[in-house]
Formats: sequence, structure tokens, C-alpha cells
Amino acid sequence: MPGERREAMVTLLFRLASVVFALLLTALVLVLVQAPPLEAFRLILKGAFGSPKKVADIFVIWIPLLLTSAGLLLTFHAGLWNIGIEGQIVLGAVFATGVLRYLQDTTIAPTLALILAFVAAALGGMIWALLSGVLKVYGGVNEIFSGLGLDFVAVTLVLYLIFGPWKRPGVGSMSGTEPFPRELWLPTLEKMRLSPWALALALVAWIMVIVLLQRSYFGLRLRAVGRNPRAAYLMMGLSPARLTLLAFAICGVFAGLAGAIQVTAVYHRLIPAISSGYGWLGLLVGMLVNYSPIWIGPVAWFFAMLNLGSIQLPIVLKVDSTLAGVLQGTLVYSFLLGEGIRMKWQQRRREIGESE
Amino acid sequence: MDTLLVGLAGVVALSTPVVLATLGEILTERAGVINLALNGTILLSAMTGFAVAVNSGSLLWGFLAGGTVGMTVALLVTFTSLTLGQSQVAVGFVLTLLTRDLSYFLGNPYMGKQGPRLPHWPLPVLQDIPILGPLLFRHDLMVYLSYVVILGMWFWFFYTRPGLILRGLGERPAAAYVRGARVRELRYLYAALGGFLAGLAGPAYSLSVKAGWKGTISGLDGIGWIALALTIFGGWHPLRGALGAYLFGLLQWLSLVLQPQLKDIPSQVLQVAPFPTMILLLLFVNIGNTEWMQRTLAGLPPEVRRLVERALRALQVSPPAALGKVFREE
Repeated sequence: MPGERREAMVTLLFRLASVVFALLLTALVLVLVQAPPLEAFRLILKGAFGSPKKVADIFVIWIPLLLTSAGLLLTFHAGLWNIGIEGQIVLGAVFATGVLRYLQDTTIAPTLALILAFVAAALGGMIWALLSGVLKVYGGVNEIFSGLGLDFVAVTLVLYLIFGPWKRPGVGSMSGTEPFPRELWLPTLEKMRLSPWALALALVAWIMVIVLLQRSYFGLRLRAVGRNPRAAYLMMGLSPARLTLLAFAICGVFAGLAGAIQVTAVYHRLIPAISSGYGWLGLLVGMLVNYSPIWIGPVAWFFAMLNLGSIQLPIVLKVDSTLAGVLQGTLVYSFLLGEGIRMKWQQRRREIGESE
Repeated sequence: MDTLLVGLAGVVALSTPVVLATLGEILTERAGVINLALNGTILLSAMTGFAVAVNSGSLLWGFLAGGTVGMTVALLVTFTSLTLGQSQVAVGFVLTLLTRDLSYFLGNPYMGKQGPRLPHWPLPVLQDIPILGPLLFRHDLMVYLSYVVILGMWFWFFYTRPGLILRGLGERPAAAYVRGARVRELRYLYAALGGFLAGLAGPAYSLSVKAGWKGTISGLDGIGWIALALTIFGGWHPLRGALGAYLFGLLQWLSLVLQPQLKDIPSQVLQVAPFPTMILLLLFVNIGNTEWMQRTLAGLPPEVRRLVERALRALQVSPPAALGKVFREE
């Protein structure tokens, strides 16, 4: 129908306008700190695409971000704000580190040790996520607050471990725990930090979420509970409690795996900022894709590119590298703004159409 | 005794920004709007307030700038949700992240700079009251302002007609509308006022109790979330909300004071103690609302049930009925 195609065109135009608006706002912020905006944007692109190694590094960021975004899309569909995701990544990293530290002095095959570390990480992330879930379902505590509190607890746990029981020989430092022996590193491409295994894992998670949400009864039920838990319970006999816990659990597993990848493929040890903020970023990705699982791939990739590209900004332009965060936040906000204006505009057009 | 009094007076001072942020949020939420952007708002207003005070040399401009930042963010939340129909939680959450990053990005040049600080201003006569004097009346202007806000808001809510209408906005906007209240305009107004108050919390740190701007190590990240939790813990009541803020300050102070005594507990554990406490407090005030609890209670023998129910009800809170819901004037 031409009408429908028109609506789709309008939607696309509004999204493009949101991107332009976000770029303009960010340029304004750059002008405020007396930095040249175009030069900054050019440097971001150069920082992300300057060499094959840099392009590979985009994927290094993309992998954990895709995992967290995929998990978060499930909790979003269940109507949940899983802000505890940062803590879930951290717990995954802690569990993986714990297992590897225990096994590195044994004669166990490295492959098996890595597999066990990933299983433990999935479990760690799941436990942390289920804490939020149980507090929500059986304690009436909003998941935003429990998740946030648990985030702080998780970060503190890492600091405690790094400066306490797991400290480096001599004195503990912010640089993290002692690195693992090389055979316990997740195999990566030569001279790069990109691991094909991690990439495969993230892709599987992405496809799984697409299938779950678009092709399964589970996805349908999840959405019903997310839209209106009471109605879903009364009319369809669905148990909001069970679905809520399940969504939390799967998301926690994905986040835990992201933590394991950070530990085994990227840093090869536990560091204080092990989650790298990929949980928060995943929440932004989730908002930007508007519930569409296919889009988390490209959007997460774009965000990963921005993150990588802005790393060298402090050195070259003397501005803070949080510029990536400013740009990402502005993008999501102007997207919400654009959606709101578009819906209002289309509603008004329909009203005019009806009155004629 | 004197050291204890000095310590507790410090708690009052340190709690002041949390009191302001919590009361700002209570005002906003009573009108039916959730401003989830509080955490980033406090950071951005702390940075802006400090930067403006450094550049202008005027404390007043610093505080006004902080308040204006808070008001602007609150108005953005309100506009995008009430007028444009987007999810209040989503908008607030994006803005809390955006304002946090903005504060670090824009505040970079001001890191570690020297700046003005709100002077101590003991109140004449009042400061000589035994115990209460040193505890409450030997502070700076912001602390006294917070007392005025606490008592003023309580009086406004429960003893004035506009206060009654305000509570109606959050409970039954349709009824308020029928009685002639301009629901949307009033929600904008109270969200702006609440945002301004919360915005004062920033400079209350950066120009007073934690003077200066230190970027990510300012120790302010997380305060806004605590204030949001205290809003719930306080049951949207100004006095109970303020009490919660002071208890939170007391807890922070205790963890500092007790640290040397509790050598077995790593210092990191005590620093993070407020956050699990926050979860536990929310659990106490909410658990009575869950179906699971009500079913369990129904199965208990009557004497026990009455006891448990009374205990739960003393703690229990429930939000304004129309909190976060868009109201359409038909």
C-alpha cells in the first residue's frame, strides 16, 4: 500500500534527522570546550579505521556489547530495566578468574579449563541476575534499584579481590591480578586481540535472541507479560514470575559470558574496570533498536566503533574520551525525541484526514 | 561527647545535598512525574555550579547555575514524556547517562582547580542552644535552606490547598482536572521546581561539603540513585524522606569512624555498605505489597498474622497511584 510505504519513508526520514540532530548537538558540546568538531569526528573515524588491527579492535568491543545487548533485549521485552547488567558482567569475570586461578596449577587440559571457566562465568552472571529477579518477584523491589545496588557491590567485590586474596605477589595494584599463563588465553587471531571463538559465541547469542523473539512462543509470551503482566496472567494464564526470572537468567548468562571473554581474550586477568561499561552501553543499544533484535548487531557495532575511535582523543585533541558517551547518549535521546515528534505529527495528520 | 556532637554535625552537613535531591524528587513524583535522571543531574550541576562560581567569582551564580541545570534536565524529561509520549523511564535513564558523561567531558578543564567555598555562618542565638545549637545551627546557608525546604514542603503538602491539588496530580489526575486543576501545566511546574531543588544538590557538594570538581573520583556518582531509593523509602513524605537521607549520612559516617575498629572487615566492604542497605530498606517497605506475602499471611494463625501485618504496615509504602502515567485531557 502506498500509504504504508509513505509511513515507512517518514519514519526513516525522522531517524536520519535524529542522527543529524545528535551530531549537531555533539558538535556544539565540542565548540563549548573549544575543540574543532569536524576534526574530532575525523579523528574518531581515523582512530577506528586507521589500520586492520584497529578494525579488528572494533570487533573486540562489539563482541561483549553484542552479548549484553542480546540479553538485554530479552529483559526489555519482559518489561524489565535490567540495570544490574554491569554487575552481571563483573560476576562472570570474577567466576571465570576464580576457576582459572584454581586450575592453572593443576595438570588439566587448557581447553577444558577454559570451557569450565566459561560455564562458571555463565553461572555467576545468572546468579547475580536472579538476585534482582527474586528481589523483584518475591520482594517487590524495583529491579532498577536492586540492580544498581548489586552493580556497586560487584565492583567492590572486584576491588576487594584485586587488593586482597587475589593480589599480585608483593603489593596489589589497580592494574589487576597476575596475568594467566599463555595457554589459558582464549586463542586470538595472530597479533590481535580478536578471538574467533568469542565472535562465534556472540553471533550465536544474537541469532538465538532473534529466533527466540521473532519465531517462538516464548517470545510472544515474554512480550505479553512485558506489556501487561496482570492481563497476561488473567487472560492467558501466563506466570509473570516465571517468565521474569527466565528473562533475567538468560540475560545474566549472556552478561557472564561477556565477562569471561573480557577476562580470557582481552585482558588475560581481572582488572577493576573489567566490564568497561558495556552493560550501560548495551542498555542504550537496546533503547535505540526499539525492540528489534536484528538491529542490535549494526547499532552495537556503530557504538563499538565510536568507543574505539575516541580512545586517542585525549592525546591528540586534549579533550576527554567520554565524548563517545556524550555522542551515544545524545543519539539515543534525539532518537526518542524524533520518535515522539513523528508520532505526534502522524497522529495530527490522521486527525486532519478524518475531519476532511 | 563533644567529638560525637561534632561528628553528628558533620553528618547533618554531609546529608544536606542528599536531602535536597530527595525532596526535589519527592516533589516531582508527587505531581506524577518520575525524574530518573537524578544521578547525572547531580554530577552535571555540581560541575556546572563549580565552573560558574570559579569563572564569575560568585557563589550565588554557581548555585543558580546548578539549579538551572537540574530544572532544564527535569523539563526535558517532562517534555519528552508528557508532551511527546515517550517512556519516562527511558528518557530519564538516557539523560542520567548523558548528563554524567557531559559532566566529565565539559568538566575536564576544571579538574582539581581551586574554587570558592560557601562560608560557615553560625546562626546567632540559636547556635548557643545546648546540643541542638552545635548540631544544627553552626553550618552554612545551604544547610539552613534544607531545613526550610523540609518543613516548608511538609506544610505545603498537607496543610495548604495547592498542596492538596499537587497530591491529587499524582494520585487521581482526572479528578484534579475535573475540579479545575490544569494538570499538564502544574506537572511541568512541579517537575521544574523539583528539578531545581535536585540541581542545588550538585553545588551543595562542589561549593560546600565536597568542595571542588574531581571528575570521576569526585565520589558523587551513585548519590542520585540513593536519593531515588530514599524517595521510595520515605514513602513520598518529606519528613520521612529527609529522615532517610540523614540515616544514610549517618551510615556513611559510621563506616568511616568504625573503620579503624573493624580491622577484619576490608575497607571496601564498608564503603559499599549503603547500597545493600538501600536494597534491604526497599525490601522492607515493599515486601508487604507482594502477592506472595499476602498469601503467606493468610495462612498464618490470626495472632501471629496480626502482629506481622502491623509490623509490615508500619514500614509499608505505596507510590502515588498515577506516578509515571500520562494523563490526557479529554
